Amino acid sequence: MVTLNQLIGVCLVYVAGLFLVAFLAERTALRGRGGWLLRSPLVYTLSLSIYCTAWTFYGAVGYAARSGLEFVTIYLGPSLVMIGWWWVLRRLVRIGRAHRVTSVADLISARFGKSNLLAVMVTAMAVVGVTPYIALQLQSVTLSVAIFATPDLASGRGGQSTDNAAFWVAAGLAIFTLVFGTRNLNANERHHGVVIAVAVEAVVKLVALLAVGVFVVWGVAGGVSETVARIDASPIGTWQTSDGRWSALIVLSAAAFVCLPRMFQVMVVENDDERHLQIASWAFPLYLLAISLFVVPIAVIGLEVMPIGANPDLYVLTVPLSQGQNGLAMLAFLGGFSSATSMVIVATLALSTMMSNHIVMPLWLKLSPLGVQQSGDVRSVVIRARRLSIILIISLGYLYYRGSGGSGALAAIGLISFGGVAQFLPALLGGIFWRGATRTGAIAGLSIGFIVWMYTMLLPSFGPDGALPASVFEQGLFGWGLLRPEALFGITGLDATVHAVWWSLSLNTLLFFLVSIFSFPTPLERLQGAQFVNVFDHSSSSARGWSASEGGAEDLMIMSQRILGAPEAQAFFARQALQQGRVGAPPAPTPEFVQALERELAASVGAATANAMIGQIIGGQAISVEDLLAVADESAQILEYSSRLEVKSRQLTETAHELSRANKKLTQLSLQKDSFLSQISHELRTPMTSIRSFSEILRDMEGLSGSEKTRYASIIHSETIRLTRLLDDLLDLSVLENGQVSLNQQPVNLHTIIEQAVTTAKASSARQLEIHRRKRSEDVDLFTDGDRLAQVFINLVTNAIKYCDASVPVLNIAVRRQDNEVIVAFTDNGSGIPAEAESLVFEKFARLGRGDGDGAGLGLAICREIVTRLGGDITYVPQDIGGSFEVRMNCTTPEKQSQRLLPV
Amino acid sequence: MPKTRLFLERRSYRRRRMMDVVRILPLLCTVLWLVVPTMWPNSTEGVSETQTPLSTAIWYLITIWGLAIIATFALWRRIRNHDEEDESSPFGTPRSRW
Repeated sequence: MVTLNQLIGVCLVYVAGLFLVAFLAERTALRGRGGWLLRSPLVYTLSLSIYCTAWTFYGAVGYAARSGLEFVTIYLGPSLVMIGWWWVLRRLVRIGRAHRVTSVADLISARFGKSNLLAVMVTAMAVVGVTPYIALQLQSVTLSVAIFATPDLASGRGGQSTDNAAFWVAAGLAIFTLVFGTRNLNANERHHGVVIAVAVEAVVKLVALLAVGVFVVWGVAGGVSETVARIDASPIGTWQTSDGRWSALIVLSAAAFVCLPRMFQVMVVENDDERHLQIASWAFPLYLLAISLFVVPIAVIGLEVMPIGANPDLYVLTVPLSQGQNGLAMLAFLGGFSSATSMVIVATLALSTMMSNHIVMPLWLKLSPLGVQQSGDVRSVVIRARRLSIILIISLGYLYYRGSGGSGALAAIGLISFGGVAQFLPALLGGIFWRGATRTGAIAGLSIGFIVWMYTMLLPSFGPDGALPASVFEQGLFGWGLLRPEALFGITGLDATVHAVWWSLSLNTLLFFLVSIFSFPTPLERLQGAQFVNVFDHSSSSARGWSASEGGAEDLMIMSQRILGAPEAQAFFARQALQQGRVGAPPAPTPEFVQALERELAASVGAATANAMIGQIIGGQAISVEDLLAVADESAQILEYSSRLEVKSRQLTETAHELSRANKKLTQLSLQKDSFLSQISHELRTPMTSIRSFSEILRDMEGLSGSEKTRYASIIHSETIRLTRLLDDLLDLSVLENGQVSLNQQPVNLHTIIEQAVTTAKASSARQLEIHRRKRSEDVDLFTDGDRLAQVFINLVTNAIKYCDASVPVLNIAVRRQDNEVIVAFTDNGSGIPAEAESLVFEKFARLGRGDGDGAGLGLAICREIVTRLGGDITYVPQDIGGSFEVRMNCTTPEKQSQRLLPV
Repeated sequence: MPKTRLFLERRSYRRRRMMDVVRILPLLCTVLWLVVPTMWPNSTEGVSETQTPLSTAIWYLITIWGLAIIATFALWRRIRNHDEEDESSPFGTPRSRW
């Protein structure tokens, strides 16, 4: 049997070891070494394990022995939060780092316009919520000491001799926290000693619990399958958790995991590297899994081997003891001891930061007559405030423990505490996800949530006639049945915990939402809201809010020296001056500089206090509407910028398309030009060749007869005429195509033009052509260039005369009106144009392979150019017999017609 | 070098889908942990034959726990090297990084 003295000896050695480790860590960090360990993700994950307190170490087994698997909800909730790190924790950590947040109260207060009222509320609620929890740790240590002190004590009642244990433990923890928790003022700087001690304790408690578990499974039960059989045969061997409790407890533990001040401290404030969070997202659930792995086996074996009436909360200790495993029991005791101490240390640290920053410092600022500008080191005030708070909180925990007489199962106290801090959740989540959340809404939600929690969870936990008279339990407050603490609004039948969690959190959320919607935030709130919600867009930019005059710089310097310490403040000012490009002079108090200084101060004394201090010197925060808009609309600007980019890139794509289209067209034109040139050359060479040959004959041949000479000369003559015509046509076409033609527009009658064209065409050709016309329909007035139109008609009639291959060629000229247009159709009775050539007839040099035509193939091309210039259209329409050329002209007023003309 | 670009785009596409898994995983775990156990027959109300043995419940929870840990571990291995790239993208808002 281990004696009490042995136990105390081991404890002292263990505590001395912790002090040594913490001291070494501080010294190593001071020398700038050991960063690989002190700032490693392993230490970060292990420090998160302060979630597992003595409540876990002892209470989980007791919980399991009472209500089966329900205990595991307390570990599933945090596991969910860690696995979902991307949603909430990543945002919290980024905000915490960007705004140098010192505590959960600081975060909420900073978000809602640096409101000190909110900070005080959250601090007070945290103290009320966490004090029972600290008492619980002291109680667990006392209970476990009592086990060793009185040998017959499976009952777990502490004797007189062990009552002092709680006091000594409280005193020891206070000293440790005082020594290692207040070494530096800047809460964002890591407390390396504390963190490393917590990490060591995390390992100790895990190893201890695993050792007891392994002993129970393989030493007592005799293997995994036997353990499973015993579990199923035990009184808790079936699934008996009610659905409501199961879900409510998972939600509650998840909420508490985010909101507990000590969790916020290690997770957000002491976070060194955002990437550690993702590592912890799998490592911490693994730790929780390992911690809860052997809880049920220990509980089941405890129920079997321990006498009825033994406290199941202490099975972790009493089971090894009853099996004569003193060493293992000692290890288990150290495990429980370390879970209790690490929790108390960090919780006290977190609470003391909140208390000194949000309660003591604002009071001091108000009460001290000279304000912050008096001489002397404010740091000592802050540190003294923090030390005072540490002692106060631990004393509160101790007093609560003495006052409550160490009653109540561990798990019940733990859940009550969780319920209290979970009230921060709506304001916290609303603050970081919803820009519409306002300070008034947060105050309303927190207040109602806290009141409901007190009334339905905390006060009833003292039992009837404890804190509330029994009549209230039966008849409700003031005799109103609707206000019974365990059946609010007359809803009975809910489990008390589910009832309290449901009403407090839902009323809290509802009021927070409703009041937020109907209240209006101050400019500073809106600014902070935008910064918090859009933290991933804003983390580099800072909100400008201060407008200081040159004179303020001196005062700022004096004040920051007294809070940050002279060397640190001077270094900070020098750095800022360098950034502003001023060497050897103090930095100008630009809004950016004051903002940076405020953040620096906030890391030491909290956002609200820092804001108030700077406000005292600079005199009010000036947030212009422009500033607000600038910050609030930053995301809008980014959106606009990106949409502008999108438009630009679309324009670029369009331009590229156009360029490639233009390029294709140019290539085509170049090809056309080449083929045109080769066609021209060909057309020119044929007559030139015959002219040359016949002129050579005339020159060189002796003795040509007169008739021969005449024949050759007339060949030369006709060839030159052909050449001239070709050149005329080319010139005409080129003029038309370049748009250099001047049109002589005037009112003309279609009949006259057709008459003129037919006469001219017939006169110039020997071949006979019968022409059918309906003169009455030709009587249409046009406003156009009559000569040019006649040229087109002559060409069409001449073509018919030349190419119509019918035995009795007939040309039908029909004029018809269609809407605003007049269509002149020239239809012959020949074989028409072959389908494959239809698309080519209007191209230059397009001559159909047949016939003996002397044209260059430019006629129809010229016709098309002329008609297009006149604002009309010429098409070839194949008919049953022969083909038809249709000329389509507009018969409009002179004014309209001139508008329709293509630009010249 | 179209091949290289194709490779890069595939990789960043994969990474984004991995981020989708990171987002969805907690929801999946919520369903498996919070919703599924409430469907089990409960010894306080059910007949004794339909009761869930505690060991079954334990095995179920531990299995899901283990799978969730393995999944988050694998995700961490997949995306840990790309955090910086992601953050420095010109429009680093979560929405535009879909």
